[in-house]
Amino acid sequence: MEYYDQARYQPADADNYEPLLSEKDQTSVDVDSPLPDDLTRDDVTLPSLEEPELARHYVRLSQQNYGVDSGPYPLGSCTMKYNPRFTEDVAAVDDASVHPDRSGDSVQGTLQLQYDLQDYLGRIGGMDAVTLQPPAGAAGEFAGILLAEAYHEANGEGHRDEVVVPDAAHGTNFASAALGGYDVVEIPSGDDGRVDIDALEAALGENTAALMLTNPNTLGLFERNIEQISEMVHDAGGLLYYDGANLNALLGRARPGDMGFDIMHFNVHKTFATPHGGGGPGAGPVGVTEDLAEFLPDPHVRKTESGQYERYTPERSVGKVHGFEGNWLVLVKAFAYIDRLGDDGLSDASAKAVLNANYLAEQVEYDVPLGPFHHEFVASAGDQDAADVAKRMLDYGVHPPTTKWPELVDEALMTEPTEVETKSNLDDLADAFNAVAGEDDETLANAPTRTTARLIDQTTAARNPRLSWHDLD
Amino acid sequence: MSGSPYAPHTEAETDAMLDAVGVDSVEELFDIPDSVRFDGEFGIDAKSEQAAVAETERRLAKNDDLAEFLGRGHYEHYVPSLVDHLSQRSEFITSYTQYQPEVTQGFLQVLFEYQSLLVELTGLGVANCSMYDEATALAEAALLAKRVRATSGDRVLVPDYVRDGHVSVLENYTAGADVTVERYPTDDGNVDLDALADVADDDVVLVYAENPTTVGTIEESLDAVGDLADDHDALFCLGSDPVAMSVLQRPADVGADVVVGDASVLGMPTSYGMGLGVFACKEEFLRQVPGRLVGASEDADGTRAYTLTLQTREQHIRKERATSNICTNQAWVALRAAIHAASLGADGLVDLANRMVELPRDLAARLDDVRGVQAPANDRHHFREFLAHTDQPAPAIAADLEAEGFAVNAVDDHHVQICVTDANEHATDALVAAFEEVAN
Repeated sequence: MEYYDQARYQPADADNYEPLLSEKDQTSVDVDSPLPDDLTRDDVTLPSLEEPELARHYVRLSQQNYGVDSGPYPLGSCTMKYNPRFTEDVAAVDDASVHPDRSGDSVQGTLQLQYDLQDYLGRIGGMDAVTLQPPAGAAGEFAGILLAEAYHEANGEGHRDEVVVPDAAHGTNFASAALGGYDVVEIPSGDDGRVDIDALEAALGENTAALMLTNPNTLGLFERNIEQISEMVHDAGGLLYYDGANLNALLGRARPGDMGFDIMHFNVHKTFATPHGGGGPGAGPVGVTEDLAEFLPDPHVRKTESGQYERYTPERSVGKVHGFEGNWLVLVKAFAYIDRLGDDGLSDASAKAVLNANYLAEQVEYDVPLGPFHHEFVASAGDQDAADVAKRMLDYGVHPPTTKWPELVDEALMTEPTEVETKSNLDDLADAFNAVAGEDDETLANAPTRTTARLIDQTTAARNPRLSWHDLD
Repeated sequence: MSGSPYAPHTEAETDAMLDAVGVDSVEELFDIPDSVRFDGEFGIDAKSEQAAVAETERRLAKNDDLAEFLGRGHYEHYVPSLVDHLSQRSEFITSYTQYQPEVTQGFLQVLFEYQSLLVELTGLGVANCSMYDEATALAEAALLAKRVRATSGDRVLVPDYVRDGHVSVLENYTAGADVTVERYPTDDGNVDLDALADVADDDVVLVYAENPTTVGTIEESLDAVGDLADDHDALFCLGSDPVAMSVLQRPADVGADVVVGDASVLGMPTSYGMGLGVFACKEEFLRQVPGRLVGASEDADGTRAYTLTLQTREQHIRKERATSNICTNQAWVALRAAIHAASLGADGLVDLANRMVELPRDLAARLDDVRGVQAPANDRHHFREFLAHTDQPAPAIAADLEAEGFAVNAVDDHHVQICVTDANEHATDALVAAFEEVAN
């Protein structure tokens, strides 16, 4: 197949790189202020460029960046789906951008939108109440941990100090539980890639506060024993937490609330197509069952009998997980996306995401153990180094999958095409996988060669950290 | 319409793919036990794009159109048009975390430049490339302090002017590490050094102060706060923001070990409180820093290149032993702040910051002439905002002002807080007139 030539964005002398702002004109300004000298600094040194040059600087940098609009982005567990642009427009209207200290009476529109989004997410997740406050998925996990703790405390079960997490779980699960002060009890997966019931049984006990579970899990497999798992956790007195990272695989087919989950978070930047923005902002709303609703973060939004919307503090609220009310503009985009797709669209998105994953898994010549897959699958690069495979795939014009994780699969290539790729795109993606599968180690080790930058030295970056232009020669 | 408008499959393609997979229908691929299958409906009607836009805007349009004079830790400055246009480049907005640096050099360089801006403004050696907001950044600072001062205690001291919500976040984040958060008193809007000295001891791991403060005053004895923290082997954490830091005492010069704050003062509208958490610290704490760091390196051709670095601190590698649970951060918001800062340049930032000293000074003087109002209530220098004493009950004044089209904060029975920046400066004459109507 042909190379995708990212280098076309480069200037004619291709060894040139876009200079740092610091290498353009820097201006040192003496600070002359209406304040007394002893309260002010002496000077500030920053680049000083006129607008045309800045515009070109950032446009060139954008051209050195791969996004979903550039091509397939099958990064497993990240659900990199197309971000429809109309949601940007609604988030940009003046009324979306009010100050968080405005009175409830004066922001009825914002409160109604919050209320309606809480309602939509509750229906989609099968949960009784939803808070929009957590500003990302991991923040949602942490909020969930706080809720579980408050719940157990309220029930006189404050001694529960362990959170059980399967080895295939996202790293955030472990870190969020630890942030809440819990001991993490890791359990191994079974041979079928799912929760090992015996291992779970052994891990559960009177100290169990919660089990954090992703379903389908990070291997793309549905936890078929979910009802048994739920019963086991609840019998032990624990709560079942749903990591919403893979919810795109279930929309309209199954709901965490119906499976017995007590707490869940939504990653609106995954499931509901709000842009990841190069690493954020996201939003991580958390849904709970009725028993946990009184503990939700402050404030929450409800509708009064007169049809007004109001903020209130839930009776036994855990307090706050964000200084204000989270990443609001992201939530506006999520609302507009859900409203556009409706039942049919959400359900179809899930269907096509699952179809695409299974179809691609079928086309890829690498070993793909287990299955059937929900919206992602994990191939094994076998004798090849998965990280090298990923670098080489860049030369074929696609973003590679997530690599070397989950560790249950040797040299894992964790792949999630999402619903937005056409069959021909999937065929191209498979061609890229399969072309690399036949290549020798030396070719792989020298890749990529056709990208903005060639293989970057990560070791030196970590050994000799240079983290600002002040550290450069 | 039926189906997702963003799943582009034709029926023929779908059939061919099902054939290839070896099933008759997509439903066969859903490996879900019947007992937990969802066969209901959400009850959400699919809509055209036009109708979905209208539905969202119809709700938002119910917000009253008020001139906002609200601050207290969340501020708005005019955002140059260039910021919107450049940040909306789809390569920026539709990309993910830079796990493959060879095809994400553009974003990495922007984040490196953002880190550099904060290093310049704080004078500290290291800045990460974003936390969620000021409150969570402060919480991470407390956790860092607990880790690096693990043998010497568990108390975090914050001034009483910090917002309750920010303290709640701090308490939630640190409870798991058995840290206790205590407030120390202030005097006329600024740190009361004697009172702070009385409560500080060797069990303190972090002393926090702000400049400017949540009530809009400029702190005048930060060196002494830093020394006091030092005397007890505690870290000194300063809360600020990039505009203020452009003119106020350089955090490193007053002994700050960590700087937190909200950089959404650059690049963002009010956004109902969406933030951009600043986190900078001394280089000695580098391996304890939460969140992402971008470092400079070289590629195979020896050309300078950028990459995420020191990832072994992070949750995706270190799991429960990570320095933080943060994964998705505020990268795109940081990009907007970086573009805004670059478009202002050093001159523009200093000019903007100086206006943030002059505007509240001038507005306070005008309000002080209004019968029933004494402003500013604190005999301090101010930045962006100030407290005004009102003879009439402050909540009633705020409500009356709202009826006149102005939003201000009533902070207690007889104080309102007023924030003025370049974003609402045009409405100050009308605000003063409204005060004359309602304050008497």
